Amino acid sequence: MSRTYRLLIPIAVILLLAIFIDLPNSPGIHIIGINRDFTTRLGLDLVGGVQALLEADVPATTTINPSDMSIAEKIVENRVNALGVSEAVVQPAGSRRIVVELPGETDPAKALAVIKQTGLLEFIDMSTISNQQAITLVHTKINTDWAPAVSQPSENTPSVLPTTPDSSISPSGTTTSTITTTVPVQTGPTFHTVMTGADITNVGVQTNTGGGYVVAFELNAEGAQIFKDFTSSHVGQILGIVLDKEVISIPSIDTAITQGKGVIQGKFTSDEANALALQLKYGSLPIPLKVITSETVGPTLGQDSLRKSLLAGLIGGSVVILFMALYYRLPGVVADLALLCYALITYALFRLIPVTLTLPGIAGFVLSVGVAVDANVLIFERIKEELHAGRSLRQAIDLGWNRAWPSIRDSNFSTLITCLILFWFGNTFGASIVKGFSLTLAIGVIVSMFTAIVVTRTFLHLVLDNINFTQHARWFGV
Amino acid sequence: MDIVKRRYLYFGISLLVIIPGMIALLVWGLPLAIDFKGGSLLDIRFNTGAVPQPSQVTALYAQNGFSDSIVQTSGTNGLIIRSLDMTDAQRNQLVAAMESSFGVTITVQRFESVGPSVGQEVAQRAAGAVGLAALGILIYITYAFRGVSNAYRYGVSAIIAMLHDVAVVVGVEAIVAHFFKWEVDSLFLTALLTVIGFSVHDTIVVFDRIRENLNIYRRLPYETVVNHSIVQTLVRSINTQLTVMLTLLTLALFGGITIRHFVVTLLVGVFSGTYSSIFNASPILVVWENREWRTWFRRKESQPVG
Repeated sequence: MSRTYRLLIPIAVILLLAIFIDLPNSPGIHIIGINRDFTTRLGLDLVGGVQALLEADVPATTTINPSDMSIAEKIVENRVNALGVSEAVVQPAGSRRIVVELPGETDPAKALAVIKQTGLLEFIDMSTISNQQAITLVHTKINTDWAPAVSQPSENTPSVLPTTPDSSISPSGTTTSTITTTVPVQTGPTFHTVMTGADITNVGVQTNTGGGYVVAFELNAEGAQIFKDFTSSHVGQILGIVLDKEVISIPSIDTAITQGKGVIQGKFTSDEANALALQLKYGSLPIPLKVITSETVGPTLGQDSLRKSLLAGLIGGSVVILFMALYYRLPGVVADLALLCYALITYALFRLIPVTLTLPGIAGFVLSVGVAVDANVLIFERIKEELHAGRSLRQAIDLGWNRAWPSIRDSNFSTLITCLILFWFGNTFGASIVKGFSLTLAIGVIVSMFTAIVVTRTFLHLVLDNINFTQHARWFGV
Repeated sequence: MDIVKRRYLYFGISLLVIIPGMIALLVWGLPLAIDFKGGSLLDIRFNTGAVPQPSQVTALYAQNGFSDSIVQTSGTNGLIIRSLDMTDAQRNQLVAAMESSFGVTITVQRFESVGPSVGQEVAQRAAGAVGLAALGILIYITYAFRGVSNAYRYGVSAIIAMLHDVAVVVGVEAIVAHFFKWEVDSLFLTALLTVIGFSVHDTIVVFDRIRENLNIYRRLPYETVVNHSIVQTLVRSINTQLTVMLTLLTLALFGGITIRHFVVTLLVGVFSGTYSSIFNASPILVVWENREWRTWFRRKESQPVG
């Protein structure tokens, strides 16, 4: 059977690839242009991760608008997701705190760095100092007079808020402490904030004529008006761009910006420009947040419980393998081999995509194992029927396959339809459990169809070519 | 073996499970767990003594009336425990209980209320998505069975069998949750989705056989063909179910306590899924073919009651 042997080659290639990816210390692929490591991503429920507690960085006496807090929560969630941490948990705690949990992370400091980029962007008036002074301030922390709307000082707290750009230099003592963050702030002049990133509607990375990267932004009507007024009256002066009180760029105003569109130039690399764009996009927090604690946490499902479950799962799997071999004899053993291939390929895909595995995800996987077993059972029952009807083994195998195919196709297609809708739903409404489940189930169903139809069949024909059926009919349970 | 003949007996058995379940659902409702409605978060440090296993803490919480708590290790000597809302007095009582039963001293680092990690609206929207999925399946089955007459009936019957399984799982959950103080968490939602997937999958395999046999045995009455198809696929249905149930059973018996609820829900659902595909979905086709509802409320002479 040349067809059988021809199929063996792609099967072998796919299997070798899968094994390469599945290796516990897979070296990954690092050839020109491709830089991929393969690791299994496990969710918080299975491996734990880093839990960080964020708190609104405003005085305890200030009441915080709940809707601002929920916007901040959304933004933090977006930022964590945009940084490629999937299945993270962002959860409000009390009225002024947010719990963030990053799965699979082991270094609290690293996670902290991710979250801490609170991305409060300010455009500040630097007309009060010379260009040389401004240059020395780049990448240093400064004070600004911006205060979140929610933390307007209460009546008994005196405050002096500069109202015009001209009065923007205030001795650091005159601004109240309520409007500065607890981030260590350099002593020095306090600059006036012309506007914040909240007025930015759109951000993108572009290349300029010199081939460098710039971050382009668009402003809403209100922001555009402020920007127009300010830039018109400050041509030739410096407009500092400050992120979380750190000066990141000091462009000078060449011409008045009247259309509400501008670019930030700063000798960025592609990565830096993208990172800045990301921060601008998701970083316009309505309330400043600070990280209170950050530490590694164990799995929500409990380490001890998971160890037991893993063992139980292994026992269960072995029982299934044994059952298939005992009930279906030789074909059962072949199916077990096909199931092994199935598991290897599916696991490789999880690592390749990558899919963050959580318990719902594993549930989807286990269900798809059931589907894979089912496809084999369907085929073998059909082969048995054909054998009982007196057909030769080879005929029986081909007929069995052809007859079992419509039921495998239709049942799996309807499962895939369900997966597709659930995935869309999970993706749209941020229901990550539903998304994880449908994704792993869909991958599993597709791979199971491949292994049942291609791998089992090829293996079975291979065995047939090398043994004499009439002498070993009992091996087939006939 | 004549399964179709005794169809009303099997429908009756289904109703025997579903009706009490639905009553329980209406009377007691489904208690929601912390991931849907939020609760208390207790962050403790163990000053002296070994940190207990999370499952021991879960068990201790359950003894004190807080089932389905989520216990996470934190750092090297701490635990973070999420549970339903508790008062300061209850918290003190629990901390004291932990100190005495584990022989440790505890400092409370944090105690505060936390919001839901999975919005409650997610569950409602999931229902909408399942409805949409049902519609998709209905359309697909109607298309896949276009070769036989009244193809849409197969789709509708498969959906009815799926709803049957959802009703069984939710009903059983409502009863069990009431007596064993279980709460419905996001894992329950996952289990329900799994059951839905399994149910339709299982039903279609039987329907496929009916489709095939209708072309082979053109002269036989519909009822006979349906019954024959069920019997032919019986071994496969039972074998597939066995393999899935075996895995789940080992998980339920030997697996960790934190996923037991989830596994038991799946067990109920998978059993119901196979039951409905054998005893409900296909017999419904026969009921539909014979338009038996016309005789349901009349004299009993022609009605085959099991």
